[in-house]
Amino acid sequence: MKSAWIICRRELDSYFTSPIAWLLLTLYSIIFGFFFWNYLGDFVIEGMEMQMSGQMQPMSVNEQIIRPLLANTTFLGLFFVPLITMRLFAEEKRNGTIELLATSPVRDIEIILGKWFAATILYCMILLFGGINFAFVFRYGHPDWKPMLIGYLGVVLQAAALLAVGTFISTLTKNQIIAGASTFAACLLLWVFSWVSGYDSSTWAQVLSYMSVPVHYESFGRGVLSSKDAIYYLSVMFLGLFFTARSMESLRWRS
Amino acid sequence: MITVTDLTKRYARTTAVDHISFSVNKGEIVGFLGPNGAGKTTTMRMLTCFFPPTAGTATVAGFDVFSQSMEVRRHIGYLPEAPPLYLEMETIEYLRFVGRLKGLAAAELEKRVAFVLDRCAIADVQHKLLGKLSKGYRQRVGLAQAIIHNPDVLILDEPTSGLDPKQINETRELIKSLAGDHTIILSTHILPEVEQTCEQVIIINKGKLVATDSVHNLQARARGAESVLLAVAARTGSFGAQPVQTRLERIPGVSRVLVKEQLERGAVFEVEASKGQLVRGDLARAIVESGWDLNELRSSAISLEEVFLQLTGSGAATESPEPGSEAPPPSTDFPAPEANA
Repeated sequence: MKSAWIICRRELDSYFTSPIAWLLLTLYSIIFGFFFWNYLGDFVIEGMEMQMSGQMQPMSVNEQIIRPLLANTTFLGLFFVPLITMRLFAEEKRNGTIELLATSPVRDIEIILGKWFAATILYCMILLFGGINFAFVFRYGHPDWKPMLIGYLGVVLQAAALLAVGTFISTLTKNQIIAGASTFAACLLLWVFSWVSGYDSSTWAQVLSYMSVPVHYESFGRGVLSSKDAIYYLSVMFLGLFFTARSMESLRWRS
Repeated sequence: MITVTDLTKRYARTTAVDHISFSVNKGEIVGFLGPNGAGKTTTMRMLTCFFPPTAGTATVAGFDVFSQSMEVRRHIGYLPEAPPLYLEMETIEYLRFVGRLKGLAAAELEKRVAFVLDRCAIADVQHKLLGKLSKGYRQRVGLAQAIIHNPDVLILDEPTSGLDPKQINETRELIKSLAGDHTIILSTHILPEVEQTCEQVIIINKGKLVATDSVHNLQARARGAESVLLAVAARTGSFGAQPVQTRLERIPGVSRVLVKEQLERGAVFEVEASKGQLVRGDLARAIVESGWDLNELRSSAISLEEVFLQLTGSGAATESPEPGSEAPPPSTDFPAPEANA
């Protein structure tokens, strides 16, 4: 596993020496900042209106700011995941550096885990940048931090699962754009599978709906730690990495 | 150090490498020669455990490439045809990364990095981004990463391709200087490279082993002969090449006489004779006694290029180098026909 860490560190260095990491951090901060500003604005106006009309109803920072913001963050993952994973293997294949990795005394699984760790760590860093906004919520309000933490756990689990899918797709091509576009399509499909449950309740529709990513975030979003949903995300991660390993193996046998 | 037995690699439609067997002793520097598409890279990739063979076995430093792949990888340094560089990294960062990847301990790492920076003469670019380096430097960084863990065996895939003549010479010198510490296999389709760098040569063509021998023997082989160039002219009147040729062919020991060049009042002949026959005196006497002028007589070594063309069956050596040139120019790309696969 030491080799996985060596590869992970190189990947992170590479993200940060190229503009990719900085670009993603900037874009995420802008978009998340805008979301935050909107929800906060809504919250403040509603509070003032209630005060003026004298009809006080319970208001919750957790329910009205943090929860919808985190739900939006999972949605942003749809766009950020392909941008992070598309280069992982495609770039190595194009530059020929895959030959260096594949002929070093390192097992394939260590290469894969190293790369996937790096992608996940970068994603967490991006989340952290958005999280800065919450510092203000905690400074001026008194939200409950536990559901927020569970919400973030859900966001990270979901991202890690989609990143594993993206890692797999990146091994299939030399072309980063193809890898990125296919990853986006795959993530989007996983996103919308649950739509079938709207009009169909047959078994296959239920299976398809179960495969849908956002369905499993709902419990985390409510602040409920659900092992059933955590298992779903862990299985997607496992499957994604498993297919990545098979794909690397076939690279060796076929190429 | 390297033993290859019936190594075979089949792709979906083609057989890239077909039952190749050879062995390389410790400390040798071996040229792996063949036209483009002959299966050189495929063989090297099997030796470096990039992919497994379809059939046959190969052992490197006593370890099997298939069942003991991790051990083999620890004992091999590999420079693929395109140096595997991360262009966004600095030279020194990159070498540290490769060193760690090859399993060097932290204490050893800095020593080895300093050593290869010096050995490959890249210390002056250690803080430059790899993407900004010239091709010659990139090649040397590629060599540096191959030797960073002091491997027993070095496998270099066309280490001089795409370099200018000066860089080619520098790279060759560097490779030669590495030969003492490492066993080296280098592939190339450039013949002078083998003649200048290697002791042994393995020739493959269309996936099959054609010859394996020392460079010296191979040069003497094929026509098993020395060749002599004769410039003959008529003393007076017109000159016909035919009678001269017939006369020369009658000399004992001469196996073949070719008209190399027709001059205005003479011709240049290439005479091949079996070695040790010392035909030069007989040739001179025959020419002079028959009333012709002998303007020039010198022996010319049969170049490896001709041997190679014969062995790979690529037709007659029509484009052999100028008869006079001592050594062929270093960058002559050998005009091999496009082989399929």
